[in-house]
Parts: sequence; structure tokens; C-alpha cells
Amino acid sequence: MSRGRMAAADVRTIAGYALREAVRRRALVVVIVLTVGFLLAVFAYGSHEAFDEVSRLGAAGNADIGLDDQVLTGSTLLGLAMFVTLFLGTVLAVFVTLNAVRGDAERGLLQPLVVRPVGRTTLLLARFLAAVAVCVPYVVIVYGTSVMLTGVTGDYWPDRPVAGGVALASAVTIVVCLALVGTTLLSSTANGIAIFMIFGAGLAAGLMGQIGSALNSETLEQISSIASWILPFEAIYQDGLHALTADIGGATGVVVELGPFGGAQDAGPLLYPYALAYLVIASLLANRIFNRMDL
Amino acid sequence: MADALHAAELRKSYRLTRALEGVDLRVAPGELVGLLGPNGAGKSTLTKIACGLVRPTGGRVEVLGHPAGSQAARARTGYLAELFRFPGWATADELLALHQRLARSEGGAAERAELLELVGLQESATRRVEAMSKGMQQRLGIAQALIGEPALVLLDEPTSALDPAGRRTVRELLETLRDRGVAVLLNSHLLSEVELVCDRVVIVDHGRVVAEGTPHELAAPGGVEVDTERGVRRFPEARRDDVPDIVARLVAGGERIYGARVVEATLEDTYLDLVGADAR
Repeated sequence: MSRGRMAAADVRTIAGYALREAVRRRALVVVIVLTVGFLLAVFAYGSHEAFDEVSRLGAAGNADIGLDDQVLTGSTLLGLAMFVTLFLGTVLAVFVTLNAVRGDAERGLLQPLVVRPVGRTTLLLARFLAAVAVCVPYVVIVYGTSVMLTGVTGDYWPDRPVAGGVALASAVTIVVCLALVGTTLLSSTANGIAIFMIFGAGLAAGLMGQIGSALNSETLEQISSIASWILPFEAIYQDGLHALTADIGGATGVVVELGPFGGAQDAGPLLYPYALAYLVIASLLANRIFNRMDL
Repeated sequence: MADALHAAELRKSYRLTRALEGVDLRVAPGELVGLLGPNGAGKSTLTKIACGLVRPTGGRVEVLGHPAGSQAARARTGYLAELFRFPGWATADELLALHQRLARSEGGAAERAELLELVGLQESATRRVEAMSKGMQQRLGIAQALIGEPALVLLDEPTSALDPAGRRTVRELLETLRDRGVAVLLNSHLLSEVELVCDRVVIVDHGRVVAEGTPHELAAPGGVEVDTERGVRRFPEARRDDVPDIVARLVAGGERIYGARVVEATLEDTYLDLVGADAR
């Protein structure tokens, strides 16, 4: 067997091991059950009620001032769904990578694997791919279901739905990578806390940018922009959010822009190449740390 | 033929702590070497460097002619850590199958069954790790270390959780390995085990090799005792070869002899003399 094929077989073995652990520990079952609960009990019912309510308010005269209630409600609900999906995806990413290196090493689970010919780089790559294989389909399915639910309950269909899904998949991939970097440096608990703090910091920076945009404050927008480049998952999320509402015009567009999920900025064509380079550099860093680590 | 393990001037520092200070060690193919020393002597560090878990600060280690930690070295090494854990959700058979894939072993189900039988777990193939006692997990760990027919096996305290019957199983297993030409570096605190089974013993203290030799060589002579009609006469400096002369001298001197024995210090006595208070 060639070296490349052996490495591919090793990646499959380790990734399969990580996925089997998630299944056997019933963690994925819990995630699926709670997600279905969120989508059906909260989001579907909430969307239905919101559209119902808004259609009554619209009849009371919002159309007179040029507001499309259906679009306003749909875009806001979908923005909320994107935010929740990224949050849930982050939780999942943290969970599936939490112990991957230092945590497993501290518990003595990693050493029997590392001494095998598989090699540390392959092991890390496999853990990354396993986490991506769980998290990316998860956010895509949750987001896709949210799009369907807003469509079915309120007949609202965003203009560029695929862009939102691509953004969430990309954003959660970066979170997985950051969590893996974290797991080479920090113990499980510290790593979990660090990733949630980073997620929160990115979120706060994004909101700050939206406030800056509404208030026309260059300083706030600049803070947000810098944070977005440092934490590109936030910039990608904002970019996806922007894609969902970019085509809304008129008074509705202005109101969406001022809402909690409006005002997001198109990050420009360099965002994705930058995010890819970021991903590669972060992965190389994690690999270097792991390969130099005494176990 | 290359040594199974060859460490030369091996050094390792963890920030301010010097774990190894120039260790030289050889394990020949098929040789069973016991590594003894008090806690913190550097035994586990030496073992971890040999299997690539820890990077040395200086010196050189080779496994079967390959740099320790290289893929070629790891492919021919089996290792059981002192503090290890296996995923509790996996069964014994699944765990061994995973390690077979990672070790690129083509032994399949037959190898797994043979290894489980070797460590006395043939009835527990489908039992989950979390349902096993510590001793059973340790035996499973030994089976895991033997996957892929390694030429060098590094065992770090493999009998610490075992009952006497389990220890005997491991002792017999080690003898089987020696018969098959597998080199073993056995890191243990159980001196009696080491004395019983090892071809050679290396004693490490404060990161240095302080003594090495066969258990017999290391068990220092304690003189000769002769039972005479006037009681036991002791000759503390005498050795086994001196017994005929001593007896002849005593008989010539008119004493009646009822028995003579060579007094040997145990490996434990020698060990305690060498490492002093550290070991107590």
C-alpha cells in the first residue's frame, strides 16, 4: 500500500473511532433530539405564530407606510435561525474536539494511539475531519430546515439561501479548527471556556459593528472589522447574514437594516481566501504544537 | 543485528527538572531487561522516549536501528503505559481491532483471539472496557501492546493492578515472548517479579544507570555459613567456590560438619543499597 493510501486509511480509522465514540456515548442522540425540539417546538411554532400575528398587524395598516411585514418577519426569523445554528454548531464543535489532544493525553487515552505508526499529524487531521464531518452537515441541515420552515409557515424565501448555508458551514469549520488549536494548548475545561469566550467576543464585535453601522460610527465599525479579521468565523457569519437580506429594498430594507440581524456587511471577495489561509495557518500551528508535545 | 533498543548519552530535562542525565542502555533482540529505580528515577521517561511519546533533550535512542519515535521504529514497537486508559464504550475485541488497523497488522480475528487467550481474557472479547476490572484492563493493555508482533515491547508497570494469579499469567507471557525472540523492557517496582523473569536488570537512580547485570550478578554474595557441632560458623567474605576449602579446613581442624550454605543477598538488598533512602 502506498504511503498516501496508508495515511488515508489511518485518517478513516481515527475519524471512525472519534465518530463511534460520539455515537456510543449517545452525545449525537442528545444533540439530534434537542435540535429537533428546537426546530419543531420553538422555531416552527414560533414562526407560525409570528407570521400569523404579523399578518393581523399588517392588516391594521403597516402596508400603508411601505413595510412588507412578511419579508421583515421572515428575514428576522431566518437571521435568528442563523445565529442559533452557528451557536449550536459551535457547541457541537467544542464538544467533539474538547478532549482531542491534551484532554485525552491527560486521561491516558491518547498515548496508546500515538505510539502506533499512524503519526501525530494524521491523528490530528483525522480528528479535524471527524469534527467537520459532524458539524458541517449538522449546521447545513439545521439551517436548511429553518429556511424550509420560514418558507412553509410564512411563505418567505430568501433570495440567496445557499450563501447562508455556505457561510455557516465555513464558519463552523473555522470554529472546529480553533477548538483543535485550543486542545493542543489547554486542558478540556479551559479549552471549552476559551472557545465560548472567543465565540462571544466575535458575536459582540459583530453586534458592535451593526450598532456602528446604524449610528454611523466609524470607530465601532473599525473595532468590528478588526475583530472579524482576527476571528473570521464572525465575518463569514455576517457575510452570510448580509447575503440573506441584501436584496431587500425600500422601507422594509431600512427596518431590516436597523434590526438585530440586519446591518451586516458584505466582507468583500477576499474573505473566503483569507479564511482559507487562516484555516491552513491555524492547522499548521496546531500540528506543530502537537508534534513537539511531550506526552 | 541491530540492538532492539540502544540509548546513548540520553538526556531529558523538563524545564528545571533533569529526568535523565546521560543514560546508556542496550536491549538485545530477544532479551528481557528489567528496569528498576525509585519513583522519579527516570524510568518512565526513558520508556516514553523509546516509543516516541517524549522528545529527548540530548543523546540518541535507536529502536532496531531506527531513530526512536520514527514511523519505522513505532511500527515494530509495542507499548503499555503506566497510566493508560482505553475508551470505556469499546469492547475488548473492538479495541484490539482498532489497534490492529493502526498497527497495520493483518492478523485479523485469529490474532485477537490468540492475544486475548495469552492474557487470560478469552471469555471477555465482547465485554466493554468500562465493565472490566482494573486488572482486566491491564491485561487487555498488554494484549494491545503485542498487536502486530512487535520486535520490542516496552511495558511500564504492567502488573501494578494485577492479583498474584494475574502476575503469574504475565510472567508466563513474558517468558513466551522471550521464547519467540521478542525483546522486552520491563519497568517495574516488583523486584521479585523482575528477579524471577528478567535476563538482565538495569537500576536507574536520579536519571543515571547506577548498576546493571544479571539478577544473579546483582544479588551480592553474603558469605558462607557452615553448621558444625559447635554451632554455625560464618565466613562473610567467602563465595560459593570457597565452600570446599572451608569445609576441608574445618574437617582437618577436627570439626564435624553437618551442612554448608552460600548466603546470597536478594536483588532487593542490592537495590536498596544502591538507591538508598529514595526507595524507602
